[in-house]
Amino acid sequence: MSGVLVVIEQRAGRIARINWEALAAGLRLASPSAVAAVGVGADTQELASEIATKAPSRVVAVEHPLLAPYTADGYSIALEQLIRAELPEFVVFPHTYQVRDYAPALAARFGQMLISDVTGIADGPLFTRQLMQGRLNGTYRHSGNGPCFVSVQAGAFHAGLPAFEPAAIARFTPVLEAAQIRTRPGEPFRAAAQAVDLGSAQLIVGVGRGIKGEENLPLVQELATALGAELAASRPICDNGWLPMERQVGSSGQTVAPKLYIAAGISGAIQHLVGIKGSQCIVAINKDPDAPIFEVADYGIVGDLLEVVPALTAAVKAAKQ
Amino acid sequence: MKIIVAIKQVPDRDSQIRIDPSGKWIDESDLQYAMNESDAHALEEGLLLKEKHGGEVVVVSAGPESVGTTIREALAKGADRAIHVVADELGTLDALGVARLLAAALKDENPDLILAGLQSEDLGLGQTGVILAELLGLPHASLILQVEKTDTGFSVKRELEEGWFQTIELPTPAVLTIQSGGNKLRYATLMGIKRAKTKEVRRLAAAEIAVDSTPVAVLQQVALPRKQKSTQLLAGTAKEAAAALVEKLRFEVRVL
Repeated sequence: MSGVLVVIEQRAGRIARINWEALAAGLRLASPSAVAAVGVGADTQELASEIATKAPSRVVAVEHPLLAPYTADGYSIALEQLIRAELPEFVVFPHTYQVRDYAPALAARFGQMLISDVTGIADGPLFTRQLMQGRLNGTYRHSGNGPCFVSVQAGAFHAGLPAFEPAAIARFTPVLEAAQIRTRPGEPFRAAAQAVDLGSAQLIVGVGRGIKGEENLPLVQELATALGAELAASRPICDNGWLPMERQVGSSGQTVAPKLYIAAGISGAIQHLVGIKGSQCIVAINKDPDAPIFEVADYGIVGDLLEVVPALTAAVKAAKQ
Repeated sequence: MKIIVAIKQVPDRDSQIRIDPSGKWIDESDLQYAMNESDAHALEEGLLLKEKHGGEVVVVSAGPESVGTTIREALAKGADRAIHVVADELGTLDALGVARLLAAALKDENPDLILAGLQSEDLGLGQTGVILAELLGLPHASLILQVEKTDTGFSVKRELEEGWFQTIELPTPAVLTIQSGGNKLRYATLMGIKRAKTKEVRRLAAAEIAVDSTPVAVLQQVALPRKQKSTQLLAGTAKEAAAALVEKLRFEVRVL
Protein backbone atom coordinates (compact mmCIF):
# COMPACT_ATOMS: atom_id res chain seq x y z
CA MET A 1 0.00 0.00 0.00
CA SER A 2 1.38 3.32 -1.02
CA GLY A 3 0.44 6.53 -2.71
CA VAL A 4 -2.63 8.72 -2.78
CA LEU A 5 -5.73 8.70 -4.97
CA VAL A 6 -7.64 11.98 -5.14
CA VAL A 7 -11.15 11.60 -6.52
CA ILE A 8 -12.14 14.66 -8.56
CA GLU A 9 -15.82 15.47 -9.02
CA GLN A 10 -17.40 17.13 -11.99
CA ARG A 11 -20.74 18.84 -11.49
CA ALA A 12 -22.72 20.37 -14.33
CA GLY A 13 -19.66 20.05 -16.56
CA ARG A 14 -17.47 21.98 -14.15
CA ILE A 15 -14.68 21.08 -11.73
CA ALA A 16 -15.20 23.25 -8.66
CA ARG A 17 -12.31 24.71 -6.68
CA ILE A 18 -12.82 22.29 -3.77
CA ASN A 19 -11.48 19.52 -6.01
CA TRP A 20 -8.13 21.27 -6.45
CA GLU A 21 -8.10 21.86 -2.69
CA ALA A 22 -8.52 18.08 -2.25
CA LEU A 23 -5.61 17.58 -4.61
CA ALA A 24 -3.55 20.02 -2.53
CA ALA A 25 -4.48 17.99 0.57
CA GLY A 26 -3.37 14.84 -1.24
CA LEU A 27 0.02 16.45 -1.84
CA ARG A 28 0.40 16.83 1.93
CA LEU A 29 0.26 13.04 2.25
CA ALA A 30 2.79 11.90 -0.35
CA SER A 31 5.33 13.19 -2.81
CA PRO A 32 3.86 14.47 -6.11
CA SER A 33 4.95 11.39 -8.06
CA ALA A 34 2.80 9.24 -5.77
CA VAL A 35 -0.38 11.32 -6.06
CA ALA A 36 -2.84 10.31 -8.79
CA ALA A 37 -6.05 12.18 -9.61
CA VAL A 38 -9.15 10.17 -10.48
CA GLY A 39 -12.02 11.22 -12.75
CA VAL A 40 -15.21 9.17 -12.93
CA GLY A 41 -17.90 9.13 -15.63
CA ALA A 42 -19.48 7.63 -18.71
CA ASP A 43 -17.31 9.70 -21.03
CA THR A 44 -14.24 11.01 -19.25
CA GLN A 45 -12.19 12.34 -22.15
CA GLU A 46 -12.71 16.06 -21.48
CA LEU A 47 -12.76 15.62 -17.72
CA ALA A 48 -9.49 13.67 -17.74
CA SER A 49 -7.78 16.22 -19.97
CA GLU A 50 -8.82 19.05 -17.68
CA ILE A 51 -7.61 17.17 -14.62
CA ALA A 52 -4.32 16.39 -16.41
CA THR A 53 -3.52 20.12 -16.64
CA LYS A 54 -3.25 20.28 -12.83
CA ALA A 55 -2.50 16.75 -11.62
CA PRO A 56 1.06 16.13 -10.44
CA SER A 57 1.82 12.84 -12.16
CA ARG A 58 -1.00 10.63 -13.24
CA VAL A 59 -4.71 10.75 -14.03
CA VAL A 60 -6.89 7.67 -13.86
CA ALA A 61 -10.09 7.94 -15.88
CA VAL A 62 -12.66 5.51 -14.48
CA GLU A 63 -15.05 5.11 -17.36
CA HIS A 64 -18.21 3.06 -17.85
CA PRO A 65 -21.57 3.87 -19.49
CA LEU A 66 -23.34 3.13 -16.18
CA LEU A 67 -21.37 5.84 -14.33
CA ALA A 68 -23.65 8.62 -15.61
CA PRO A 69 -25.77 9.80 -14.03
CA TYR A 70 -24.16 9.52 -10.60
CA THR A 71 -25.44 6.73 -8.35
CA ALA A 72 -23.99 5.64 -5.00
CA ASP A 73 -24.01 2.02 -6.18
CA GLY A 74 -22.19 2.72 -9.45
CA TYR A 75 -19.53 4.89 -7.83
CA SER A 76 -18.97 2.55 -4.87
CA ILE A 77 -18.57 -0.52 -7.08
CA ALA A 78 -16.31 1.19 -9.63
CA LEU A 79 -14.07 2.89 -7.08
CA GLU A 80 -13.84 -0.24 -4.95
CA GLN A 81 -12.38 -2.05 -7.98
CA LEU A 82 -9.95 0.80 -8.67
CA ILE A 83 -8.78 0.91 -5.07
CA ARG A 84 -8.26 -2.87 -4.97
CA ALA A 85 -6.18 -2.58 -8.12
CA GLU A 86 -4.15 0.47 -7.00
CA LEU A 87 -3.84 -0.28 -3.25
CA PRO A 88 -3.30 3.35 -2.23
CA GLU A 89 -2.46 4.32 1.33
CA PHE A 90 -4.86 7.28 1.21
CA VAL A 91 -7.99 8.10 -0.78
CA VAL A 92 -8.88 11.80 -0.65
CA PHE A 93 -12.21 13.37 -1.65
CA PRO A 94 -13.70 16.88 -1.70
CA HIS A 95 -16.38 16.99 1.01
CA THR A 96 -19.35 17.50 -1.31
CA TYR A 97 -22.94 16.28 -1.02
CA GLN A 98 -22.13 13.59 -3.59
CA VAL A 99 -19.11 12.35 -1.63
CA ARG A 100 -21.20 12.29 1.56
CA ASP A 101 -23.61 10.03 -0.31
CA TYR A 102 -21.24 7.26 -1.40
CA ALA A 103 -17.81 7.57 0.25
CA PRO A 104 -18.96 6.20 3.65
CA ALA A 105 -20.33 3.08 1.89
CA LEU A 106 -17.18 2.75 -0.20
CA ALA A 107 -14.97 2.98 2.90
CA ALA A 108 -17.13 0.42 4.73
CA ARG A 109 -16.39 -2.06 1.90
CA PHE A 110 -12.78 -1.95 3.14
CA GLY A 111 -13.72 -2.07 6.83
CA GLN A 112 -12.79 1.61 6.96
CA MET A 113 -14.51 4.85 7.92
CA LEU A 114 -14.26 8.13 6.07
CA ILE A 115 -12.48 10.77 8.17
CA SER A 116 -14.90 13.39 6.93
CA ASP A 117 -14.83 17.15 6.48
CA VAL A 118 -11.15 17.53 7.39
CA THR A 119 -9.85 21.08 7.87
CA GLY A 120 -6.17 20.37 8.44
CA ILE A 121 -3.47 17.73 8.07
CA ALA A 122 -0.44 17.65 10.37
CA ASP A 123 2.54 15.29 10.50
CA GLY A 124 1.63 11.75 11.51
CA PRO A 125 -0.61 12.24 9.68
CA LEU A 126 -3.08 13.75 12.12
CA PHE A 127 -6.35 14.99 10.69
CA THR A 128 -8.24 17.90 12.21
CA ARG A 129 -12.00 18.16 11.90
CA GLN A 130 -14.69 20.14 13.66
CA LEU A 131 -16.85 18.76 16.45
CA MET A 132 -19.90 20.14 18.24
CA GLN A 133 -21.01 22.30 15.33
CA GLY A 134 -17.64 24.02 15.10
CA ARG A 135 -17.29 24.74 18.83
CA LEU A 136 -14.38 22.27 19.12
CA ASN A 137 -11.67 20.85 16.90
CA GLY A 138 -10.86 17.17 17.10
CA THR A 139 -7.61 15.53 16.02
CA TYR A 140 -7.95 12.09 14.45
CA ARG A 141 -5.42 9.37 13.70
CA HIS A 142 -6.10 6.52 11.30
CA SER A 143 -5.60 3.09 12.80
CA GLY A 144 -5.94 -0.34 11.28
CA ASN A 145 -5.07 -2.02 8.05
CA GLY A 146 -6.36 -0.74 4.79
CA PRO A 147 -6.55 2.52 2.95
CA CYS A 148 -7.32 5.68 4.90
CA PHE A 149 -10.33 7.57 3.46
CA VAL A 150 -10.40 11.33 3.98
CA SER A 151 -12.68 14.12 2.71
CA VAL A 152 -11.65 17.77 2.93
CA GLN A 153 -13.75 20.78 3.76
CA ALA A 154 -14.26 23.57 1.20
CA GLY A 155 -11.72 26.35 1.70
CA ALA A 156 -9.53 24.44 4.16
CA PHE A 157 -6.61 23.87 1.79
CA HIS A 158 -5.10 26.32 -0.64
CA ALA A 159 -6.07 25.39 -4.21
CA GLY A 160 -3.01 27.07 -5.71
CA LEU A 161 -1.05 24.06 -6.97
CA PRO A 162 2.52 24.09 -8.23
CA ALA A 163 2.88 23.73 -11.99
CA PHE A 164 3.55 20.15 -13.03
CA GLU A 165 4.33 18.57 -16.36
CA PRO A 166 1.06 17.50 -18.03
CA ALA A 167 0.03 14.24 -16.38
CA ALA A 168 -0.32 10.92 -18.17
CA ILE A 169 -3.88 9.64 -18.50
CA ALA A 170 -4.64 5.99 -17.89
CA ARG A 171 -8.06 4.45 -18.36
CA PHE A 172 -9.68 2.08 -15.90
CA THR A 173 -12.80 0.17 -16.96
CA PRO A 174 -14.71 -1.27 -14.01
CA VAL A 175 -16.93 -4.34 -14.28
CA LEU A 176 -20.41 -3.03 -13.72
CA GLU A 177 -23.87 -4.34 -14.56
CA ALA A 178 -27.14 -2.45 -14.77
CA ALA A 179 -28.78 -4.72 -12.18
CA GLN A 180 -26.19 -3.66 -9.58
CA ILE A 181 -27.51 -0.10 -9.64
CA ARG A 182 -30.55 -0.15 -7.40
CA THR A 183 -31.58 3.50 -7.39
CA ARG A 184 -33.03 5.60 -10.23
CA PRO A 185 -31.91 9.23 -10.03
CA GLY A 186 -33.94 12.00 -11.68
CA GLU A 187 -32.69 15.19 -13.31
CA PRO A 188 -31.69 17.97 -10.89
CA PHE A 189 -34.26 20.75 -10.58
CA ARG A 190 -34.62 24.07 -8.81
CA ALA A 191 -37.63 24.65 -6.61
CA ALA A 192 -38.31 28.17 -7.81
CA ALA A 193 -36.54 30.87 -9.73
CA GLN A 194 -34.28 32.81 -7.37
CA ALA A 195 -36.02 36.16 -7.14
CA VAL A 196 -33.55 37.47 -4.56
CA ASP A 197 -29.95 37.72 -5.66
CA LEU A 198 -28.03 37.96 -2.41
CA GLY A 199 -24.79 37.24 -4.25
CA SER A 200 -24.47 40.82 -5.47
CA ALA A 201 -25.78 42.54 -2.30
CA GLN A 202 -23.29 44.95 -0.70
CA LEU A 203 -24.83 44.96 2.76
CA ILE A 204 -26.55 41.97 4.33
CA VAL A 205 -28.19 41.37 7.68
CA GLY A 206 -28.36 37.62 8.37
CA VAL A 207 -30.61 36.23 11.07
CA GLY A 208 -30.42 32.88 12.87
CA ARG A 209 -31.96 30.85 15.67
CA GLY A 210 -31.22 33.61 18.18
CA ILE A 211 -34.30 35.45 16.88
CA LYS A 212 -36.31 32.84 18.84
CA GLY A 213 -39.68 33.43 17.15
CA GLU A 214 -41.20 34.64 13.91
CA GLU A 215 -42.80 37.53 15.79
CA ASN A 216 -39.33 39.03 16.37
CA LEU A 217 -38.38 39.17 12.69
CA PRO A 218 -39.48 42.82 12.25
CA LEU A 219 -36.54 43.77 14.53
CA VAL A 220 -33.96 42.55 12.00
CA GLN A 221 -36.04 43.73 9.05
CA GLU A 222 -35.96 47.25 10.55
CA LEU A 223 -32.17 47.08 10.92
CA ALA A 224 -31.84 45.92 7.29
CA THR A 225 -34.09 48.75 6.13
CA ALA A 226 -32.16 51.34 8.15
CA LEU A 227 -28.89 50.14 6.62
CA GLY A 228 -30.32 49.68 3.13
CA ALA A 229 -29.29 46.03 3.42
CA GLU A 230 -30.78 42.77 2.17
CA LEU A 231 -32.21 40.42 4.77
CA ALA A 232 -30.79 36.86 4.78
CA ALA A 233 -31.09 33.88 7.09
CA SER A 234 -29.43 30.70 8.25
CA ARG A 235 -31.08 27.39 7.44
CA PRO A 236 -33.27 26.89 10.54
CA ILE A 237 -35.11 30.16 9.89
CA CYS A 238 -36.03 29.06 6.35
CA ASP A 239 -36.79 25.50 7.50
CA ASN A 240 -39.34 26.98 9.89
CA GLY A 241 -40.87 28.93 7.03
CA TRP A 242 -40.19 32.28 8.73
CA LEU A 243 -38.34 33.54 5.66
CA PRO A 244 -38.43 32.09 2.12
CA MET A 245 -35.72 29.65 1.02
CA GLU A 246 -34.39 32.22 -1.44
CA ARG A 247 -33.04 34.21 1.51
CA GLN A 248 -31.04 31.26 2.84
CA VAL A 249 -27.26 31.66 2.94
CA GLY A 250 -24.88 28.71 3.27
CA SER A 251 -23.99 25.42 1.62
CA SER A 252 -27.60 24.63 0.79
CA GLY A 253 -28.47 28.24 -0.05
CA GLN A 254 -26.72 31.21 -1.64
CA THR A 255 -23.09 32.25 -1.36
CA VAL A 256 -22.59 35.94 -0.58
CA ALA A 257 -19.69 38.39 -0.72
CA PRO A 258 -20.92 41.71 0.67
CA LYS A 259 -18.89 44.58 2.11
CA LEU A 260 -20.72 44.03 5.39
CA TYR A 261 -22.41 40.94 6.78
CA ILE A 262 -24.11 41.29 10.14
CA ALA A 263 -24.78 37.84 11.65
CA ALA A 264 -27.52 38.30 14.24
CA GLY A 265 -28.16 35.26 16.42
CA ILE A 266 -26.27 32.97 14.07
CA SER A 267 -23.99 30.51 15.88
CA GLY A 268 -21.75 29.95 12.88
CA ALA A 269 -22.05 26.29 11.91
CA ILE A 270 -19.76 25.46 9.01
CA GLN A 271 -22.71 25.09 6.63
CA HIS A 272 -23.44 28.78 7.13
CA LEU A 273 -19.82 29.98 7.25
CA VAL A 274 -18.99 28.55 3.81
CA GLY A 275 -21.68 30.85 2.41
CA ILE A 276 -20.35 34.07 4.02
CA LYS A 277 -16.59 33.71 4.02
CA GLY A 278 -16.26 36.02 1.01
CA SER A 279 -17.61 38.91 3.11
CA GLN A 280 -15.19 41.82 3.60
CA CYS A 281 -16.39 42.55 7.11
CA ILE A 282 -18.38 40.28 9.41
CA VAL A 283 -20.15 41.54 12.52
CA ALA A 284 -21.40 38.93 14.98
CA ILE A 285 -24.14 39.55 17.51
CA ASN A 286 -24.63 36.52 19.74
CA LYS A 287 -25.37 35.83 23.38
CA ASP A 288 -22.90 32.92 23.49
CA PRO A 289 -19.32 34.25 23.66
CA ASP A 290 -18.06 30.81 22.57
CA ALA A 291 -20.20 30.69 19.41
CA PRO A 292 -17.99 29.82 16.40
CA ILE A 293 -19.23 32.89 14.52
CA PHE A 294 -16.82 34.95 16.68
CA GLU A 295 -13.91 33.03 15.14
CA VAL A 296 -14.54 34.64 11.78
CA ALA A 297 -16.01 37.97 12.90
CA ASP A 298 -14.17 41.28 12.60
CA TYR A 299 -16.42 42.90 15.21
CA GLY A 300 -18.46 41.20 17.86
CA ILE A 301 -21.12 42.13 20.36
CA VAL A 302 -21.87 39.55 23.03
CA GLY A 303 -25.50 40.03 23.93
CA ASP A 304 -29.10 39.16 23.21
CA LEU A 305 -29.98 40.24 19.69
CA LEU A 306 -33.45 41.21 20.88
CA GLU A 307 -31.77 44.05 22.81
CA VAL A 308 -28.76 44.75 20.63
CA VAL A 309 -30.49 44.88 17.24
CA PRO A 310 -33.06 47.58 18.15
CA ALA A 311 -30.24 49.64 19.73
CA LEU A 312 -28.20 49.23 16.56
CA THR A 313 -31.14 50.23 14.36
CA ALA A 314 -31.58 53.40 16.42
CA ALA A 315 -27.84 54.18 16.24
CA VAL A 316 -27.75 53.64 12.46
CA LYS A 317 -30.77 55.90 11.97
CA ALA A 318 -29.18 58.58 14.13
CA ALA A 319 -25.89 58.33 12.20
CA LYS A 320 -27.66 58.69 8.86
CA GLN A 321 -29.59 61.82 9.86
CA MET B 1 -45.04 -0.72 6.52
CA LYS B 2 -42.38 -1.39 9.12
CA ILE B 3 -40.11 1.58 9.63
CA ILE B 4 -36.97 1.70 11.75
CA VAL B 5 -35.71 5.12 12.83
CA ALA B 6 -32.17 5.40 14.19
CA ILE B 7 -31.83 8.25 16.67
CA LYS B 8 -28.95 9.67 18.67
CA GLN B 9 -28.87 11.61 21.89
CA VAL B 10 -26.51 14.58 21.69
CA PRO B 11 -25.54 17.47 23.99
CA ASP B 12 -28.19 20.18 23.81
CA ARG B 13 -27.25 23.02 21.48
CA ASP B 14 -27.30 25.53 24.35
CA SER B 15 -25.12 23.44 26.68
CA GLN B 16 -21.86 24.92 27.83
CA ILE B 17 -19.11 22.79 26.28
CA ARG B 18 -16.00 22.20 28.42
CA ILE B 19 -13.05 20.00 27.59
CA ASP B 20 -12.41 17.29 30.19
CA PRO B 21 -9.00 16.99 31.92
CA SER B 22 -7.86 14.14 29.63
CA GLY B 23 -8.17 16.52 26.66
CA LYS B 24 -9.70 13.68 24.68
CA TRP B 25 -13.39 14.45 25.13
CA ILE B 26 -15.77 16.94 26.68
CA ASP B 27 -16.79 17.09 30.31
CA GLU B 28 -20.18 15.37 30.40
CA SER B 29 -20.93 15.99 34.08
CA ASP B 30 -23.54 18.74 33.72
CA LEU B 31 -24.52 18.56 30.10
CA GLN B 32 -28.13 18.81 28.98
CA TYR B 33 -29.11 16.34 26.26
CA ALA B 34 -31.53 16.39 23.35
CA MET B 35 -32.51 14.32 20.35
CA ASN B 36 -30.22 15.06 17.41
CA GLU B 37 -32.09 17.49 15.16
CA SER B 38 -31.98 15.64 11.84
CA ASP B 39 -32.89 12.41 13.69
CA ALA B 40 -36.00 14.19 15.02
CA HIS B 41 -36.90 14.99 11.40
CA ALA B 42 -36.27 11.34 10.46
CA LEU B 43 -38.62 10.26 13.25
CA GLU B 44 -41.23 12.75 12.06
CA GLU B 45 -40.99 11.41 8.50
CA GLY B 46 -41.43 7.87 9.82
CA LEU B 47 -44.49 8.85 11.86
CA LEU B 48 -46.04 10.63 8.85
CA LEU B 49 -45.52 7.54 6.67
CA LYS B 50 -47.09 5.31 9.30
CA GLU B 51 -50.10 7.60 9.64
CA LYS B 52 -50.59 7.47 5.87
CA HIS B 53 -49.89 3.83 5.15
CA GLY B 54 -50.24 2.02 8.49
CA GLY B 55 -47.60 -0.17 10.10
CA GLU B 56 -45.09 0.24 12.86
CA VAL B 57 -42.32 2.68 13.80
CA VAL B 58 -39.45 1.23 15.81
CA VAL B 59 -36.72 3.51 17.13
CA VAL B 60 -33.20 2.25 17.72
CA SER B 61 -30.54 4.14 19.63
CA ALA B 62 -27.06 3.31 20.88
CA GLY B 63 -25.65 4.98 23.98
CA PRO B 64 -25.50 4.93 27.78
CA GLU B 65 -28.45 4.76 30.21
CA SER B 66 -29.12 8.48 29.76
CA VAL B 67 -30.30 7.76 26.21
CA GLY B 68 -33.47 6.39 27.80
CA THR B 69 -34.95 9.91 28.03
CA THR B 70 -34.52 10.48 24.30
CA ILE B 71 -36.03 7.07 23.54
CA ARG B 72 -39.05 7.92 25.76
CA GLU B 73 -39.43 11.20 23.89
CA ALA B 74 -39.59 9.30 20.58
CA LEU B 75 -42.13 6.87 22.02
CA ALA B 76 -44.18 9.77 23.38
CA LYS B 77 -44.28 11.32 19.92
CA GLY B 78 -45.73 8.12 18.51
CA ALA B 79 -43.07 5.46 17.92
CA ASP B 80 -44.44 2.02 18.79
CA ARG B 81 -41.44 0.41 20.44
CA ALA B 82 -37.70 0.85 20.84
CA ILE B 83 -34.39 -0.97 20.86
CA HIS B 84 -31.72 0.49 23.14
CA VAL B 85 -28.20 -0.73 22.42
CA VAL B 86 -26.64 0.01 25.80
CA ALA B 87 -23.13 1.26 25.12
CA ASP B 88 -21.50 3.28 27.89
CA GLU B 89 -18.48 4.39 25.97
CA LEU B 90 -20.13 5.63 22.79
CA GLY B 91 -17.46 8.30 22.45
CA THR B 92 -14.78 5.68 21.89
CA LEU B 93 -16.61 4.24 18.85
CA ASP B 94 -16.45 5.65 15.36
CA ALA B 95 -19.39 5.75 12.94
CA LEU B 96 -18.40 2.34 11.56
CA GLY B 97 -18.46 0.81 15.05
CA VAL B 98 -21.87 2.36 15.82
CA ALA B 99 -23.30 1.24 12.47
CA ARG B 100 -22.05 -2.31 13.16
CA LEU B 101 -23.85 -2.32 16.53
CA LEU B 102 -27.06 -1.01 14.95
CA ALA B 103 -26.86 -3.50 12.08
CA ALA B 104 -26.49 -6.37 14.55
CA ALA B 105 -29.38 -5.07 16.67
CA LEU B 106 -31.63 -4.90 13.58
CA LYS B 107 -30.75 -8.21 12.03
CA ASP B 108 -34.05 -9.94 12.87
CA GLU B 109 -36.29 -6.92 12.25
CA ASN B 110 -36.66 -7.07 8.44
CA PRO B 111 -38.01 -3.53 8.01
CA ASP B 112 -39.35 -1.99 4.79
CA LEU B 113 -37.56 1.27 5.46
CA ILE B 114 -34.76 2.51 7.72
CA LEU B 115 -34.49 6.23 8.41
CA ALA B 116 -31.62 8.03 10.12
CA GLY B 117 -30.68 11.65 10.57
CA LEU B 118 -28.13 12.99 8.11
CA GLN B 119 -25.50 13.99 10.62
CA SER B 120 -25.03 14.20 14.38
CA GLU B 121 -24.62 17.57 16.03
CA ASP B 122 -21.80 16.34 18.26
CA LEU B 123 -19.31 14.33 16.15
CA GLY B 124 -20.79 15.36 12.81
CA LEU B 125 -19.28 12.43 10.92
CA GLY B 126 -22.46 12.20 8.83
CA GLN B 127 -22.12 8.55 7.89
CA THR B 128 -23.91 6.18 10.23
CA GLY B 129 -27.01 5.75 8.02
CA VAL B 130 -25.03 5.24 4.81
CA ILE B 131 -22.69 2.70 6.44
CA LEU B 132 -25.70 0.90 7.94
CA ALA B 133 -27.14 0.53 4.42
CA GLU B 134 -23.86 -0.91 3.19
CA LEU B 135 -23.61 -3.37 6.11
CA LEU B 136 -27.20 -4.53 5.60
CA GLY B 137 -26.77 -4.76 1.81
CA LEU B 138 -29.57 -2.24 1.18
CA PRO B 139 -29.82 0.63 -1.32
CA HIS B 140 -29.73 4.11 0.16
CA ALA B 141 -30.13 7.78 -0.56
CA SER B 142 -28.89 10.65 1.59
CA LEU B 143 -29.88 14.27 2.28
CA ILE B 144 -33.56 13.42 1.87
CA LEU B 145 -36.27 16.00 2.56
CA GLN B 146 -39.44 14.09 1.64
CA VAL B 147 -40.43 10.46 1.23
CA GLU B 148 -43.36 9.13 -0.85
CA LYS B 149 -44.30 5.46 -0.98
CA THR B 150 -44.69 4.04 -4.50
CA ASP B 151 -45.91 0.64 -5.73
CA THR B 152 -42.41 -0.79 -5.74
CA GLY B 153 -40.61 1.24 -3.12
CA PHE B 154 -40.02 4.93 -2.51
CA SER B 155 -39.73 8.19 -4.37
CA VAL B 156 -37.66 10.68 -2.41
CA LYS B 157 -36.66 14.33 -2.74
CA ARG B 158 -32.92 14.74 -2.31
CA GLU B 159 -31.21 18.04 -1.61
CA LEU B 160 -28.26 18.95 -3.82
CA GLU B 161 -25.98 21.91 -3.32
CA GLU B 162 -26.86 25.59 -3.94
CA GLY B 163 -30.64 25.24 -3.96
CA TRP B 164 -30.96 22.32 -6.36
CA PHE B 165 -32.94 19.13 -5.76
CA GLN B 166 -33.41 15.73 -7.35
CA THR B 167 -35.98 12.95 -7.17
CA ILE B 168 -34.67 9.43 -6.62
CA GLU B 169 -36.59 6.16 -6.92
CA LEU B 170 -35.55 3.29 -4.66
CA PRO B 171 -36.86 -0.24 -4.19
CA THR B 172 -37.88 -1.49 -0.76
CA PRO B 173 -36.25 -2.16 1.66
CA ALA B 174 -34.04 0.92 1.64
CA VAL B 175 -32.14 3.24 3.96
CA LEU B 176 -32.62 7.03 3.83
CA THR B 177 -30.71 9.70 5.72
CA ILE B 178 -32.96 12.65 6.43
CA GLN B 179 -32.00 16.32 6.18
CA SER B 180 -33.48 18.79 8.69
CA GLY B 181 -36.35 20.97 7.61
CA GLY B 182 -38.32 18.73 5.23
CA ASN B 183 -41.16 18.38 7.73
CA LYS B 184 -42.49 20.14 10.82
CA LEU B 185 -41.68 18.46 14.11
CA ARG B 186 -44.61 17.56 16.35
CA TYR B 187 -44.71 17.90 20.12
CA ALA B 188 -45.48 14.95 22.34
CA THR B 189 -49.00 15.12 23.77
CA LEU B 190 -49.77 14.42 27.43
CA MET B 191 -51.53 11.24 26.33
CA GLY B 192 -48.47 10.31 24.26
CA ILE B 193 -46.15 10.82 27.23
CA LYS B 194 -48.42 8.62 29.37
CA ARG B 195 -48.58 5.88 26.75
CA ALA B 196 -44.83 5.93 26.22
CA LYS B 197 -44.33 4.55 29.75
CA THR B 198 -45.99 1.26 28.80
CA LYS B 199 -44.28 0.80 25.42
CA GLU B 200 -41.64 -1.87 24.92
CA VAL B 201 -37.96 -0.91 25.12
CA ARG B 202 -35.75 -3.89 24.31
CA ARG B 203 -32.30 -3.54 25.81
CA LEU B 204 -29.25 -5.07 24.20
CA ALA B 205 -25.83 -4.77 25.81
CA ALA B 206 -23.27 -3.62 23.28
CA ALA B 207 -20.74 -5.92 24.94
CA GLU B 208 -22.91 -8.93 24.13
CA ILE B 209 -23.28 -8.06 20.47
CA ALA B 210 -20.31 -9.76 18.88
CA VAL B 211 -19.12 -7.09 16.47
CA ASP B 212 -15.71 -5.59 15.99
CA SER B 213 -16.08 -2.01 17.12
CA THR B 214 -12.41 -1.08 17.39
CA PRO B 215 -12.25 2.40 15.86
CA VAL B 216 -10.34 2.92 12.62
CA ALA B 217 -10.52 6.67 13.15
CA VAL B 218 -9.23 7.40 16.64
CA LEU B 219 -10.04 10.75 18.25
CA GLN B 220 -6.72 11.71 19.87
CA GLN B 221 -7.43 15.13 21.23
CA VAL B 222 -10.02 17.89 21.34
CA ALA B 223 -9.21 21.59 21.54
CA LEU B 224 -10.85 24.96 21.24
CA PRO B 225 -10.54 26.28 17.69
CA ARG B 226 -7.97 28.93 17.01
CA LYS B 227 -9.42 32.20 15.86
CA GLN B 228 -9.12 32.88 12.14
CA LYS B 229 -9.45 36.59 12.69
CA SER B 230 -8.91 38.83 15.68
CA THR B 231 -12.37 39.93 16.63
CA GLN B 232 -12.79 43.36 18.18
CA LEU B 233 -15.35 42.82 20.90
CA LEU B 234 -17.49 45.85 21.59
CA ALA B 235 -18.46 45.89 25.24
CA GLY B 236 -20.95 47.79 27.35
CA THR B 237 -24.72 47.96 27.36
CA ALA B 238 -26.64 47.19 24.16
CA LYS B 239 -26.83 50.92 23.47
CA GLU B 240 -23.11 51.54 24.07
CA ALA B 241 -22.06 48.56 21.98
CA ALA B 242 -24.39 49.60 19.17
CA ALA B 243 -22.97 53.14 19.20
CA ALA B 244 -19.41 51.78 19.14
CA LEU B 245 -20.27 49.51 16.21
CA VAL B 246 -21.80 52.35 14.22
CA GLU B 247 -18.55 54.32 14.71
CA LYS B 248 -16.59 51.34 13.31
CA LEU B 249 -18.97 50.93 10.39
CA ARG B 250 -18.63 54.63 9.54
CA PHE B 251 -14.93 55.21 9.95
CA GLU B 252 -13.21 51.81 9.62
CA VAL B 253 -15.47 49.73 7.38
CA ARG B 254 -16.86 52.84 5.64
CA VAL B 255 -20.21 51.41 4.77
CA LEU B 256 -22.38 54.03 6.49
